Amino acid sequence: MSNPAQLSTNVALDAVKSDLTLDGPQGPRPKPFFTPKRMVIYSILFVACLYYLFPLYVMLMTSFKTMPEIRFGNIFAPPREVTGEAWVKAWTSACTGLTCNGLSPGFWNSVKILIPSVLASTIVAAVNGYALVNWKFKGSEVFFAVLIFGSFIPYQVMIYPLVMITRELGIFGTIWAVILVHTIFGMPILTLLFRNYFASLPPELFKAARVDGAGFWRIFLEVMLPMSLPIVVVALILQVTGIWNDFLFGVVFAGTQNYPMTVQLNNIVNSAQGTPEYNVNMAATMLTGLVPLIVYFVSGRLFVRGVAAGAVKG
Amino acid sequence: MKANTTNSVSIRNLSLNFGAVQVLQEMNLEVAQGEFLVLLGPSGCGKSTLLNCIAGLLDVSGGQIFISGKNVTWEEPKNRGIGMVFQSYALYPQMSVKKNLSFGLRVAGLPRDEIERRVKRAAEMLQIEPLLERKPANLSGGQRQRVAIGRALVRDVDVFLFDEPLSNLDAKLRSDLRVEIKRLHQRLQNTMIYVTHDQIEAMTLADRIAIMRDGIIQQLDTPHEIYNRPVNLFVAGFIGSPSMNFITGELADQVISVDGLSLPVDRYGFGPGNDDLKAKVILGIRPEHVIVGEAALTQPVTFESEIEIVEPMGSDTIAWAKLGQHSFTFRAESELDLEVGQKIRLGFDPARASLFEAATGERI
Repeated sequence: MSNPAQLSTNVALDAVKSDLTLDGPQGPRPKPFFTPKRMVIYSILFVACLYYLFPLYVMLMTSFKTMPEIRFGNIFAPPREVTGEAWVKAWTSACTGLTCNGLSPGFWNSVKILIPSVLASTIVAAVNGYALVNWKFKGSEVFFAVLIFGSFIPYQVMIYPLVMITRELGIFGTIWAVILVHTIFGMPILTLLFRNYFASLPPELFKAARVDGAGFWRIFLEVMLPMSLPIVVVALILQVTGIWNDFLFGVVFAGTQNYPMTVQLNNIVNSAQGTPEYNVNMAATMLTGLVPLIVYFVSGRLFVRGVAAGAVKG
Repeated sequence: MKANTTNSVSIRNLSLNFGAVQVLQEMNLEVAQGEFLVLLGPSGCGKSTLLNCIAGLLDVSGGQIFISGKNVTWEEPKNRGIGMVFQSYALYPQMSVKKNLSFGLRVAGLPRDEIERRVKRAAEMLQIEPLLERKPANLSGGQRQRVAIGRALVRDVDVFLFDEPLSNLDAKLRSDLRVEIKRLHQRLQNTMIYVTHDQIEAMTLADRIAIMRDGIIQQLDTPHEIYNRPVNLFVAGFIGSPSMNFITGELADQVISVDGLSLPVDRYGFGPGNDDLKAKVILGIRPEHVIVGEAALTQPVTFESEIEIVEPMGSDTIAWAKLGQHSFTFRAESELDLEVGQKIRLGFDPARASLFEAATGERI
């Protein structure tokens, strides 16, 4: 090893080393928290945060106040005595049009609409997306294009034909009409979602399953579906919030007995009789908004990334 | 037309088009029972497409495919008696190794103890028994590919199809698994069709190699023949690393004149009727067939040149020199001290060289 050439380079290296001093930058670069750039970023974020949270703050505070205190006029002040009366009234006895049972019937109507329509639209869209990617048939691209085109047509245009169709089916004015309409309108966007997700999975998985002898449903249920948890969660969030917040289809198709929560909320808030009870209105609005809020908070944790990781290379 | 029963896989006039693009053209291929055939070619040559056609994953545009004497042209993949291993492993990520191995058997509805027995046998053979309960995500690349091979193994099929199975692995694992696949073939004696773009894999594994370009098989022969007697310029340039030296010159009276040099090639084994050809030709000499130093004087063709670049590889050394105006690579023993600028004597025997007609690129 010790040939003359190598020795001479070692000597040269030593000469360079002796010129280096030990002070000066060493180890990890320090990361100061308060730099001008960060100050700007955080102040903008802070202002944006206030801007969005302030209405929520006012709503919460008002909902816990009594009516006399509200009339006092100071909407930003916290309640002097906290009371849950408005919440109870909003849930059980506020008047929604002719009946005065609060929002609770509307809540259960919404649940009855929500669960079947979310399940139906998600399942149908998942099968659609899978078939469009893996079982291409003649005209499947055209079929997909037509489906996507459907999502660009304004809902209002299709309401009258849909009313006629549901009437002919004999389900107009029932909960099934709303469910059907939600399932139809959820399909384009969800199919697009699932199609793109399945297209991003390695095609070899599908080929391997076919060589293993699995058919259409077997591959879907045992290979594709277990891998699609992330996209199913996305679809569920989209549909739950979309259907829960829907007003138009509920008011048109459900019939008075089956009005969803949003329609009943509108009836409470927009009632023309008596003095407006702001605390009840706020509490009712909060109650109605609670479901999508909870969905966001809970499902955020469920987002699992890279479920397909490990199937391909690693 | 009845297929020859001694052939495991027969491909008759197979063609495949994607729209206007002809991927495979009128292909004919006979694979004998127990043969290890490698499909070799650059990317886009149609070798993977051909494999997918054999597997039944692509519908053919024309022709027929027979497997074990049965016309399977219109059959589903599962009815063809094939097992397939993919480059990306394609393991089902949500299933344990055991479930991955048994999936096909469960689909086929085999009795539980039979499934158990076959999985156990495959796991033993591939030494993956300790991994059976793991998910693919918790396996290394080499282990994943073993599982993928195992998945083909449990199906007890006649024909194994490998689609670049080692391309995602690092160099060391690749050579380990290569040996393992060879061992597997010697043990099972199944027909195997193996697609790769790696010539080392092709040379080491194959009984026969089919070199493909643009959907056409250029040469189908043993590795030895393909290496020593390539039928055209493409095959000659594709096989061998570093690749063959190509020297363009004029052939007349069995002497090639190149840049003022005369190279006698009377020892070359001319094809029938080509002995007295007068034409522009390309002489191909493999770098490893060049003799270096004084020993070169014993060779029929010898010349002197200056070394331009030296690449020590450890086991040997590759150096660049010139023959006339042509760049000329040769392989020398690593003990030989070669230096840039050094004059050196080189020689070769035309009997080991290849001659191609410049106009057609065909061997003469």
